[in-house]
Amino acid sequence: MSPDYSKEITLVQGNLTMADLDNAISKPLDEKPGKKYFIALAFTTSLLLLGVIGVSLTFYFGIGEWGNNQPVAWGWGITNFVFWVGIAHAGTLISAILYLLRQKWRTGISRFAEAMTIFAVICAGIFPIIHTGRPWLAGYLIPYPNSHHLWPNFISPLVWDVFAVSTYFIVSLMFWYVGLIPDFAVLRDRATTKIKKTVYSLFSLGWKFSNRDWRHYEKVYMILAGLATPLVLSVHSVVSFDFAVAVLPGWHSTIFPPYFVAGAIFSGFAMVVTALIFVRKVFDLENVITMDHLDRMNKIILLTGSMVGYAYLMEFFISQYSGVPTEQYAAINRAFGEYAWAYWLTVACNAAFPQLFWWRKFRRSIPVMFFVVIMVNVGMWMERFVIIASSLHRDFLPSSWGYFTPTWVDFSILIGSFGLFFTLVLLFTRTLPVVTMSEIKGVVEGAQPSHHGGDHNG
Amino acid sequence: MANKKLHSLAALFKTPDEIINAAKKTTEAGYKKFDVNTPYPLHGMDRAMGMGQSKIGWVTLFFGLSGATFIFLFMWWCYAVSYNIVVGGKPFLSIPAFIPISFETTVLFGAISTVVGMIAVYFKLPNNSHPLHDTEYMKAVSADKYGLVIEAEDEKFDRTEVTEFLKKLGAYKIENIYFPEEEKYRMFAPKFILFLVVVAALTSALTYVTLNKLMYITPFDWMDFQRKLSAQERSDIFANGEGMRPPVEGTVARGYMPYPYKGQTNPAQVLTNPTIPTKQVLVLGKRKFLTFCSPCHGNFGDGNSRLQGQFPNGPTLHSDKIINYPDGMIYHIITNGQNAMPSYARQVTRDERWAIIDYIRVLQRAQNAKESDLKLANKESVSNVQN
Repeated sequence: MSPDYSKEITLVQGNLTMADLDNAISKPLDEKPGKKYFIALAFTTSLLLLGVIGVSLTFYFGIGEWGNNQPVAWGWGITNFVFWVGIAHAGTLISAILYLLRQKWRTGISRFAEAMTIFAVICAGIFPIIHTGRPWLAGYLIPYPNSHHLWPNFISPLVWDVFAVSTYFIVSLMFWYVGLIPDFAVLRDRATTKIKKTVYSLFSLGWKFSNRDWRHYEKVYMILAGLATPLVLSVHSVVSFDFAVAVLPGWHSTIFPPYFVAGAIFSGFAMVVTALIFVRKVFDLENVITMDHLDRMNKIILLTGSMVGYAYLMEFFISQYSGVPTEQYAAINRAFGEYAWAYWLTVACNAAFPQLFWWRKFRRSIPVMFFVVIMVNVGMWMERFVIIASSLHRDFLPSSWGYFTPTWVDFSILIGSFGLFFTLVLLFTRTLPVVTMSEIKGVVEGAQPSHHGGDHNG
Repeated sequence: MANKKLHSLAALFKTPDEIINAAKKTTEAGYKKFDVNTPYPLHGMDRAMGMGQSKIGWVTLFFGLSGATFIFLFMWWCYAVSYNIVVGGKPFLSIPAFIPISFETTVLFGAISTVVGMIAVYFKLPNNSHPLHDTEYMKAVSADKYGLVIEAEDEKFDRTEVTEFLKKLGAYKIENIYFPEEEKYRMFAPKFILFLVVVAALTSALTYVTLNKLMYITPFDWMDFQRKLSAQERSDIFANGEGMRPPVEGTVARGYMPYPYKGQTNPAQVLTNPTIPTKQVLVLGKRKFLTFCSPCHGNFGDGNSRLQGQFPNGPTLHSDKIINYPDGMIYHIITNGQNAMPSYARQVTRDERWAIIDYIRVLQRAQNAKESDLKLANKESVSNVQN
């Protein structure tokens, strides 16, 4: 099949009408979930329970339950944090940057990607808090007038993180909710039971689909997209400052902000593709979340993956070119030292496998795609681990050198975070429309006036 | 149906072109209070309805800049005024390091104000009691139809005329929208009172449990309970059952020196002064004298103190008896106490006691100065001037 590039690809396939779309999208909300859904939910909540056990043990006995120790004091807690924040970047990228770039194909996947953003930020937010050791004192990070007369250290990147991640969460949540208001109104008017009707009415705030409201609504959507675009780039830059501002060889590098942002988009898109492969199949949305969507997502994975690969090369080159012996040692040790296995796994997963997407056949093949995105997920987690562990485990004093070995509590918390994420995703698919109804209706054929302004009639 | 108040007439259309045309015609006909309801925003509808650009962007700009200014000044105040944190000698107003947080707060303030402003000010939501809700019309426009509403409040509104007008525009269905009947609630309904009681009880219970129990369960006990023995506690580890371990008999504290004349009123023999009255010793002696001795003996040791008449008067230190005491005798009196004067052994260290004695000697000499002393002092002051 050779594609015809001369005309725009239709965004919604199968000649669906608007009523069909409403029915297809709200079907999971109207029906009672089947046995398979509960099996899936039982599986993810079991993972979540494992994480709860790990976190409870950590709270009760302390951080000593983890493998963290000098010299590798950051271990998996921060690895997981950076990993999940990275995952969280796809949603806002799709809903904000692609919106500003007028990429209409985003409508089919934006809601789902934004939801994943919010869930990923929730997962990410847990880690710095439990990593502090006394999570119940985390409130001190917020600048409020207290009896100690102390304020947070505003020039510390760790405090920037608090502001960046919490701002990102709040803005993403608002962005998501603003998009949901018209959909809640659709659901309100479709509701058959009184409870559903009350809940949806409450959340729809009494939206009337009035064009006098749509006028502001569209403007606000654009403003939010404009605000969220630099925000999404700033969040992972700030996360990278946690490393780059430190004077540790292997961390102290100006390439970190762009490198981290590219990596974040890369891993986020991989996670979205992982989930969409299942969602479009399970919920019969193959006409809405089409193969063209996945194809385009895979192109972005290819692009960002190549950027990450370039960053690996450049990081190594600059360290050797710098003439600083400790930097040179850190880079060589990263690639050929005790963590060589993790480093080469990272390079293979992130830089090599996505190169398969140069071929259209692979971009449109579900099994190949699934394999690559899983590899990318693994690779991006390993990348953060390599950055943290390989730089820390060689202290300036050779007598302090060590090796990081995770405990089972480390594993349980990591698995638990995946459990939390997928539990939230599963609950989301059954409680909210996974595709933005009010947007997707606007891009079906014949949805817009034939001439802008409808002059032909009068 | 007849006694209900009419809110508006609502017409439904099937295609986007029809509704754009209808909106345009309605504007041209001079209706002001009309609205178009569409399941998604239609291109060109704003123009057809004669509306300009939304001005909400100014809200974002204003609050975003306010947020940036506020947080920048706040950081500067916290960091440079309220509590200085010295980090590697960096300036307290470190503008580059304030940029990330200033940026995040700009976005936060801008986004929150825009969304809240849009919902509360522009949309006047939440409002679930609008007459259009729960109508067939609303169900149609939320799914896939396009609707146009002309309100009865409009100046030009006339029921038959508007119906004709809408039919002419090509509406396939016209619906009468009425105001919903107002629901009335009694303030003191038993159900409501019960609800208040339950809420009050739940809130109190929850607050009590949180503040008094939850906050102090392990591990949130704020280190109030530690696995250690305090001095007065019972312990089965030791044979005598006490948690406290008293020192072995004959233990001497660091720096302890025995005083052989302790308890004697008038020892025949006393210690001799080990100090030389250097300037340093006298400065120390003066400070300690003014602190511990002057309240009773007076600032110049003449017994004219600020406690005169409120307490047994301290005697003057310029009597012949005291002038003739050896230094060791005065040391003994400070250490042991005499008559109404208690022992100062705990307040004043050994070296300080000798320094005080040296200072007392200075005071005595000053009060009973000889001619030769004056000459010496004059000579010194003159030589100082010449120098």
